Amino acid sequence: MSHQSALIAEDIEAYLKAHEHKSLLRFLTCGSVDDGKSTLIGRLLYDSKMIFEDQMAALEADSKKVGTQGGEIDFALLVDGLAAEREQGITIDVAYRFFSTDTRKFIVADTPGHEQYTRNMVTGASTADAAIILIDARKGVLTQTRRHSYLVSLLGIRHVVLAINKMDLVGWSQEVFDSILAEYHDFAAQIGIKAFTAIPMSALKGDNITEPSDKAPWYKGPPLLPHLESLDVEDDLREKPFRMPIQWVNRPDLDFRGFSGLIATGTITPGDRVKVLPSGRESTVARIVTMTGDLPRAVAGQSVTITLTDEIDISRGDVLSIAGQPPEVADQFEATIVWMDDEGMLPGRPYLMKIGTRIVGASITEPKYKVNVNTLEHLAAKRLELNEIGVCNLSLDAPIAFDAYQDNHTLGGFILVDRISNRTVGAGMLHFALRRSQNIHWQALDVSKASRAAQKGQKGRVVWLTGLSGAGKSTIANLVEKRMQADGRHTYLLDGDNVRHGLNKDLGFTEEDRVENIRRVAEVSKLMVDAGLIVLVSFISPFRAERRMARELMEDGEFVEVYVATPLAVAEQRDVKGLYAKARAGELKNFTGIDSPYEEPEHAEITVDTTTLSPEQAAEEIVAWLAKN
Amino acid sequence: MDARQAEAAKSRLTPGFDADTLTHLQRLEAESIHIMREVVAEAERPVMLYSVGKDSAVMLHLAAKAFYPSKPPFPLLHVDTTWKFRAMYEMRARMAETLGFELLVHRNPEALAKGINPFDHGSALHTDMWKTEGLKQALDKYGFDAAFGGARRDEEKSRAKERVFSFRSAQHRWDPKNQRPELWNLYNARKAQGESMRVFPISNWTELDIWQYIHLENIPIVPLYYSAVRPVVERDGALIMVDDDRMPLRPGETPMMKSVRFRTLGCYPLTGAVESTAATLPEIIQEMLLTTTSERQGRVIDHDQAASMEKKKQEGYF
Repeated sequence: MSHQSALIAEDIEAYLKAHEHKSLLRFLTCGSVDDGKSTLIGRLLYDSKMIFEDQMAALEADSKKVGTQGGEIDFALLVDGLAAEREQGITIDVAYRFFSTDTRKFIVADTPGHEQYTRNMVTGASTADAAIILIDARKGVLTQTRRHSYLVSLLGIRHVVLAINKMDLVGWSQEVFDSILAEYHDFAAQIGIKAFTAIPMSALKGDNITEPSDKAPWYKGPPLLPHLESLDVEDDLREKPFRMPIQWVNRPDLDFRGFSGLIATGTITPGDRVKVLPSGRESTVARIVTMTGDLPRAVAGQSVTITLTDEIDISRGDVLSIAGQPPEVADQFEATIVWMDDEGMLPGRPYLMKIGTRIVGASITEPKYKVNVNTLEHLAAKRLELNEIGVCNLSLDAPIAFDAYQDNHTLGGFILVDRISNRTVGAGMLHFALRRSQNIHWQALDVSKASRAAQKGQKGRVVWLTGLSGAGKSTIANLVEKRMQADGRHTYLLDGDNVRHGLNKDLGFTEEDRVENIRRVAEVSKLMVDAGLIVLVSFISPFRAERRMARELMEDGEFVEVYVATPLAVAEQRDVKGLYAKARAGELKNFTGIDSPYEEPEHAEITVDTTTLSPEQAAEEIVAWLAKN
Repeated sequence: MDARQAEAAKSRLTPGFDADTLTHLQRLEAESIHIMREVVAEAERPVMLYSVGKDSAVMLHLAAKAFYPSKPPFPLLHVDTTWKFRAMYEMRARMAETLGFELLVHRNPEALAKGINPFDHGSALHTDMWKTEGLKQALDKYGFDAAFGGARRDEEKSRAKERVFSFRSAQHRWDPKNQRPELWNLYNARKAQGESMRVFPISNWTELDIWQYIHLENIPIVPLYYSAVRPVVERDGALIMVDDDRMPLRPGETPMMKSVRFRTLGCYPLTGAVESTAATLPEIIQEMLLTTTSERQGRVIDHDQAASMEKKKQEGYF
């Protein structure tokens, strides 16, 4: 993979010296196989001599076997990795390629141009300093060009290169180039791409890739590779206020307490006054510690360990910032969300959000709108499906330090993780905090939850009965309440009948509505527990995530999950209300157990099996458990 | 590291007010350190796979930097095949001692009992039993939920698509079609009981980056990377070193003394040497830059079948 430098053979030491100072650029290529994207990457690898003889031999053999260039070398094959994909002839995931020139190392994120893979492109774009948008000169600006450009703009990639490829197939016509340029120019302005560089090229033939091509004397700009070598990367990251999410508290012994992290933006020097968010505590930087000695100064992009002059409480997930320009702190936001999971986004469902090094519970409102990535139209939406992008409000369990994504990708970019499957289901970019979160002040009252419960001589809590329709939940809950009343307890029973007819009468039986139904019941229960009551909740509540949401609203020990276990066949046989028959006949949609799932509890406090216990025995078990715990 | 090198290392890590950008090695180092700290912060029981090769040497060095002044808060695990070069065993003992890591060595007891070796059983079975099965056994035995590996994306096509945090099922399987999207530097390390992560902190390094870094940071490596006169036989187109007397010679084979070195290290019967006179790091780098074949060519296991690495990875191989 000889770089063309004569220095390698003549004076390797001098060569190495020169190469210690290479910089790094990450870029993304956007386009489809038809635009010659894989060919372009293969060409860059080939022209920068990153292809070895054994790889070349394999490439030649593969080109003859499965190539699309009539036995000629098919550079695309060099790039398309996994066996299954090679057979299909398409790239289906994000792959990273590496090459370097005498001045710069490049990391290429190669992502597919297929419509259903917005997710992959957003992933590749998230770390890119530059994006190359490929256009087939014969076809001009296509729907997919607009889609790619929108995503590039959404992810805030600073440098955009419009690679107008296959110019050899339009006779290197300046007219064609100019008209594509004009059309793209108007579109780019609309979506907020302020500047871009257009280069006419032929990736297949190697024109205007590394050397200026004589085929287009009218083009005065640089070829692709020299242009990529000249782009400024570390940019203004250093000009921005200092921010470092704390990753790890470094505590080898009692005398040393350092805070380790990767500096996101800005610079830091011992003596600088810093502020820790969200706590707001301040201190001064004492040392910047590394294994090779303390640093006089550290900058964005470095992983360091910082010590402070004061002993203040800092833990993973906090953000260290310069004291004079701290980030904001809030718990409710507007954000753009890209959904990445086969299971759609459910408004109200609790997800986990990872932002910087902080992990916090988050729920999302119904989208304000979703964006049609092809036309950029705003459309009404109830939820987001795989590869859909929408603007939503987010509500977090706790306040976090943040900057708007456009100002700081580290403090404004986040992923969403499903609490049950642990999959990464979405990604998003914060716009701004919703002011209302700052207006709600909780009154500190002398009368407290504890005093209310004490007045009633009991511990306020929620006994949450879940199970299939017909399992016997309400019967058992009624018996439990009677027993407790008789013992002088203050109780209330919430069930489908008394809630569905009032508080929740606007809700139907779609997944979204069922989530909202449970959310309201959980919130009402929480208020009642605050009032010191023992609340019996009798709801099918089929989804683990929603029951967990309810559990997390309460304090430890307040939530008692009771699984009323009955096999579906038994519940269906009982069919007290005739609902199973209707569901089976297709008259009742989304009926739990029939065409909607029931997720059994994994860690219920109490499980009562109604095939072996009578309702009275089941109620007795619950009352006994409550008396003991 | 002596005072001059420490000074040099410090100046590299300390961009002056006028320096325009961090170098590519500084950015790669910072990224790797960030990844290691994320694992330590989020995993319950991490471990670092140690293969004794140059990539492992770099990982170890990065780990020492990432947690300084603390010791890296995880042990090293060497999944041994009993067929490594003798020089590798010597290096292993020396490194664990100097860096103060806890070193765990696992040998698949079943492979040991059956005397699995590449000569009688073939390279595929040898690799599967000792490495793939051995690794799974060790991870299960100690209950590690995150294992650092030194794989790089430039090594091989299937690795180019693997995530930095690579999720594995409770059976240690990799599903290339169902990987978690990895955005910015936000890694999702959450998993259920029994599931685990393989984490590749040097994913974005190339072979050249590794050598440059070893050179700059003066990282110790196994002497086998430097050329020396060694006994080898030519077998199936590869130069195999006769490292001990367990290697059966075929009729007509006599070990020849040749000046050779190794670009990658593994089990000695499965690792081809290259003829070379490169005896210093700059000479090694020079040779690599001028060479015309890729690093993995010396590894016999890759030739077994097309897309072999992808299959092995799905089954639980690193």
